[in-house]
Amino acid sequence: MSRFAATPQTRTKLRQESAAAGLFLAMLLCLLLPLFAMIADLLWQAAPALNWQFLISSPTHGMRQGGVWPALVGTLYLVTLSLAVAAPMGVLAAVYLTEYARDTWYNRAINMAVLNLAGVPSIVHALFGLGAFVYAAQFGFSILSASLTLAIMTMPVIIASSRQALLSVPHSFREACWNLGASRWQTIRAIVLPNAVGGILTGIILQVSRAAGETAPIMFTGAVFYKAIAPGTLLPYSLDEQCMALSMHLYTLSTQTPGVDPSIPNATAVVLLALVFLVNAAAIVLRTLIRARGRR
Amino acid sequence: MRRWHQLSEVAIEALIRLCGFSATIFVLGIFVFVCREAWPLWHNDAFHLSEFLFSIQWYPTSAVSKHYGVLAMIAGTFSVTLLAMTMAVPLGLGAAIYLGEFCPSRPREILKVLVEMLAAIPSVVWGFAGLTITSRLIVRYTSADVGVNLLNGALLLALMSLPIIVSLAEDALRAVPDEYREAALALGATRWQLTWRVLLPAARHGLVAAVLLGFGRAIGETMAVLMATGHAIHLPTSVFDPVRTLTANIAAELGEAPARTTHYQVLFLTGVLLFLVTFAVNLTAGLIIRRERRP
Repeated sequence: MSRFAATPQTRTKLRQESAAAGLFLAMLLCLLLPLFAMIADLLWQAAPALNWQFLISSPTHGMRQGGVWPALVGTLYLVTLSLAVAAPMGVLAAVYLTEYARDTWYNRAINMAVLNLAGVPSIVHALFGLGAFVYAAQFGFSILSASLTLAIMTMPVIIASSRQALLSVPHSFREACWNLGASRWQTIRAIVLPNAVGGILTGIILQVSRAAGETAPIMFTGAVFYKAIAPGTLLPYSLDEQCMALSMHLYTLSTQTPGVDPSIPNATAVVLLALVFLVNAAAIVLRTLIRARGRR
Repeated sequence: MRRWHQLSEVAIEALIRLCGFSATIFVLGIFVFVCREAWPLWHNDAFHLSEFLFSIQWYPTSAVSKHYGVLAMIAGTFSVTLLAMTMAVPLGLGAAIYLGEFCPSRPREILKVLVEMLAAIPSVVWGFAGLTITSRLIVRYTSADVGVNLLNGALLLALMSLPIIVSLAEDALRAVPDEYREAALALGATRWQLTWRVLLPAARHGLVAAVLLGFGRAIGETMAVLMATGHAIHLPTSVFDPVRTLTANIAAELGEAPARTTHYQVLFLTGVLLFLVTFAVNLTAGLIIRRERRP
């Protein structure tokens, strides 16, 4: 191109263009460099404490030594339970919005509600969980209350991505199925859902990563600073008990525990980040696979 | 047999409809339950709504004269959020323009995955990074005495709301028809001129919605500001002042406020206030997006 860009005017224009590209690239890098700097610093600080034993032992000496095992198990409990509630409801809500809803005022209201539910501050979700599940429904401060709060908070993630997946199933598939005499639900079950399952799974995985990292909603509904569990048991908590959680543990270690060696909260942060990134990576791989299949 | 099929079909469709309405029910439920806990304040003579909104005196546990004014926290929330937005909006729009218009397609996929990773970082990890990394940097490179202050919180909030702004702004730019780009390029515009004169005006509604949703997220963010902005309850006068936000106030004090006391109810009322503010912001963004879709 530059061979033809002889006039000074054109050269100025091209210079402007590369300057603009450079400026915008710099802006993007401003956003990504802190990410790498932060992860590198966390890893560097955490290195002395990070080992296999850290994952599978309980905190000892007033949380100044030991590992994160009870918190890890607690997080798995909360995530699994909230997933069990949010996944079916979120997927069915997405089915309603794509397959049944016509453009009426109440369906527009539902769309607005999904957007707004995603935007409600996490601490307000916590207040809701406290008022509704802990006191009104009398579940008490328990894993159950915390998981239900998390489920409502993360449901919009599932609705949004399931809806994308359902919308990407071509309409002709449904018409073909209806023409064979299948009812609406039969079509959804046999044609629409199987074709959208990859995208739906991606949404569910993203919900897992979101739920694993949340702190505020569980802080007042079921997570505790410290709870001893018997080592080696696979299901140490019951649903009406409180539990520890990784995110809460990190908060406690970094703000409420004086005199703790910095490697321990850093290592906890690394474990939490690794969990979230692993889950996200799974979602990204799945999505790439689906796209590759779509292209073939 | 056939009858059984019809019955189960009716049942499953009812279930689907119920789930479809669930999001609406939950939003209403959140409002109702949070209001319900705050409701007794209405009949409480020691509490005045005007004091709540316009006083900076927050002494909920004082033995002699209790005061419940959250003006300092409102100022804290808005100063942190606005400072965060002045950093995040130009960067976010610039990054979105680079990803959407300038970047070759292969690196773009990788960069978008990195932005997603940024979005996935839990807020408590941001708060921790604020305590241990950025606050140290602030003390080292500025004249501030303490690192946990308004600037620190705003930096974290900016980084946290950037992924939302970037991805939504990129969607808005992609929604501009290619004919616009082709027409501008055919007239001899550079890509800078194309971006500035054609794309930004054409995508402005979507961009405003992206900024608003980022703003809503920043107002409601709790853990990062709880851990990294300090806890001074006063009107901030410089960016190096420690502040407390509405969200951090609830998170810091809810654990110590016994249920059904005035203190506890005032914290719920703060929740109602937060709900209403974020609801208004998100609703505006939603309406803008919808108007965009139906030209």
